[in-house]
Amino acid sequence: MDLTGRRVVAIGEREGVTGPSLKLLAESAGADVVFSVTQCFV
Amino acid sequence: MSPTPAILHASYALAHAPDLVRHGSKPVREIARDPSFLPRIAGSLRPWDEVVAYPPNQVFIGNLAPEDLASIPRPWYENRIDSAATDGPFGRMVTQAALYGLMKLCDDFDLMAIDGDLAEQAGADLVDFDHRMDRITGVDPAELRTVAEESDGLDLHHEGRRAGFIRTAHDQDEALAASVLLENLAGKATAVLALSDLLRRSRLGAGEIDYLLNCGEEAVGDRYQRGGGSLSKAVGEVVGCVNATGSDVKAFCSAPVHALIAAGAMVAAGVYRYVVVLGGGSQAKLGMKFGAHLRNGVPVMEDCLASMAFLVGPAGADGDGMELRLDLAGKHPIGAGSSPKAVYESLVVEPLVRAGLSMTDIDKYAVEMHNPEITEPGGSGDVPRMNYRTLAAMAVLRREIGRGDMDPFVAERGMPGFAPTQGHIPAGVPYLGHALEAMRRGSLDRAMIVAKGSLFLGRMTQLVDGVSLVVERPEVTRRHG
Amino acid sequence: MDLEDQANVNRLAETSGTDGMVVLLGQPDANSAGLFAETVTRGDPTWAGPLAGVPLGLPVYHVLEPEIKEQMDGDLYDEHVGLMELSADVDEIIEWVAVYRD
Repeated sequence: MDLTGRRVVAIGEREGVTGPSLKLLAESAGADVVFSVTQCFV
Repeated sequence: MSPTPAILHASYALAHAPDLVRHGSKPVREIARDPSFLPRIAGSLRPWDEVVAYPPNQVFIGNLAPEDLASIPRPWYENRIDSAATDGPFGRMVTQAALYGLMKLCDDFDLMAIDGDLAEQAGADLVDFDHRMDRITGVDPAELRTVAEESDGLDLHHEGRRAGFIRTAHDQDEALAASVLLENLAGKATAVLALSDLLRRSRLGAGEIDYLLNCGEEAVGDRYQRGGGSLSKAVGEVVGCVNATGSDVKAFCSAPVHALIAAGAMVAAGVYRYVVVLGGGSQAKLGMKFGAHLRNGVPVMEDCLASMAFLVGPAGADGDGMELRLDLAGKHPIGAGSSPKAVYESLVVEPLVRAGLSMTDIDKYAVEMHNPEITEPGGSGDVPRMNYRTLAAMAVLRREIGRGDMDPFVAERGMPGFAPTQGHIPAGVPYLGHALEAMRRGSLDRAMIVAKGSLFLGRMTQLVDGVSLVVERPEVTRRHG
Repeated sequence: MDLEDQANVNRLAETSGTDGMVVLLGQPDANSAGLFAETVTRGDPTWAGPLAGVPLGLPVYHVLEPEIKEQMDGDLYDEHVGLMELSADVDEIIEWVAVYRD
């Protein structure tokens, strides 16, 4: 899966990788992050 | 010389609340969507004796050590403790009738009515509150029916019947709706229980407490302040802390550790001699994961309100406490970034490095101590285990341990989760009672309490929060101090 | 998945289509990652949210997967994912997400 130019929906988690972190990473791969969120289960 | 601050006593309580589960935030929304959930929840709730004998609950009140829990096979709800007791060395469990009684004796605005049978049962189940027992009065069923029919509010149930009612205090104010007042009153009542028990364990009188720091997640106030109010003095008033004032610390789940650091600093600075950090239970979180529990055929286990209280004062002032190493307080600064590495670097590593210590100089870490049996059915995993694995990975990255030493690191310096999913309650602080006991026995030298908070839930920032503190056996502090 | 977030993902798919859309996950646990992957492919398995019975069929990947990792900035990756690479059951997470993707 080539992320370049893809519209990415980033679903992160507080205990793992957060939404803002996924956004940065996906953008570094040339993706366009259209939605990012951090879930907290507790 | 300024006093060395210490945690002198710890106190925890669990109040069984099966009939309040339906008023938890998630159940309220789901029952409105599909009323068939109500009987299904009721059919999956555990009776009192099973709740008492549930191994994680016995750990929470101190009758079992966290290490004991590790050797009890899962599911814990099937491997109950035969010798379970409602009183433990630093905690106790009370029945739902006692909880309603506590709420009633905390109800200064006559928001709540209960029937005569419940009042009688509450009076029998509740001890240590003689000075307010006259407030636990019941009304006859006809009068209860009239109140419920003529007022806005919520029915309160007990043992399968409508046994009470809590009314809305202002018809145009969402902040004073019955559902909000129920949350606040439940928080107040359970905090009162923890504070009252704390003082019984101390040689101090209630009048000797100078300051109260409530760190619960309830939102007290009316439409003009919403969560801007305070519960601290309201709790202290019931217990007779006539010389105390107080304020609330709000920081989601990490609030208790923020409050303990603030309390330690107040004591160290000589502003106040005795400060109590306290937090009541989270009514909103009852039954939060009930859907996953029903789907997986396990009991609906979020059935208790949990509360806690800690006495902070000068080291040695009231028994052998554990010293609060304020010089090792850790914080997650705004600029640190929210990657797990950045969070653990700033919370755990930075304070240790500052003092010339390594991660293996901490004997026990207390992280998010959520009971995995509650979180796993919903797919949220074993939160403490993940936290300990991350700490171990951090130690590997720092070359303090090898990759093959991660499991022993977790086994030795971690523990299974045993706290109910009550928001601010599980964040590191459930271990303080155990740490205090272990330090009194001389079997523990140093522990780090690490709490995280999900600031992003309020939609005001994407940030997470975190804060940590180190407690130490007094002899250890003196040796290295 | 949080009901509001399900609604957001559903809205995005409805208003702008699913062409070129990819879901990227960051959960530290296989069950949890699997649950999210299932929700954005076959629909909400808990039947509680807006994606219940809505098989979006979106391509879903976990940030731990090698083909995703190699496209990202190395330093950023070490900073944001490095610790989880060491602490999580990486193979199990990848396997579970793949179950729902394929």
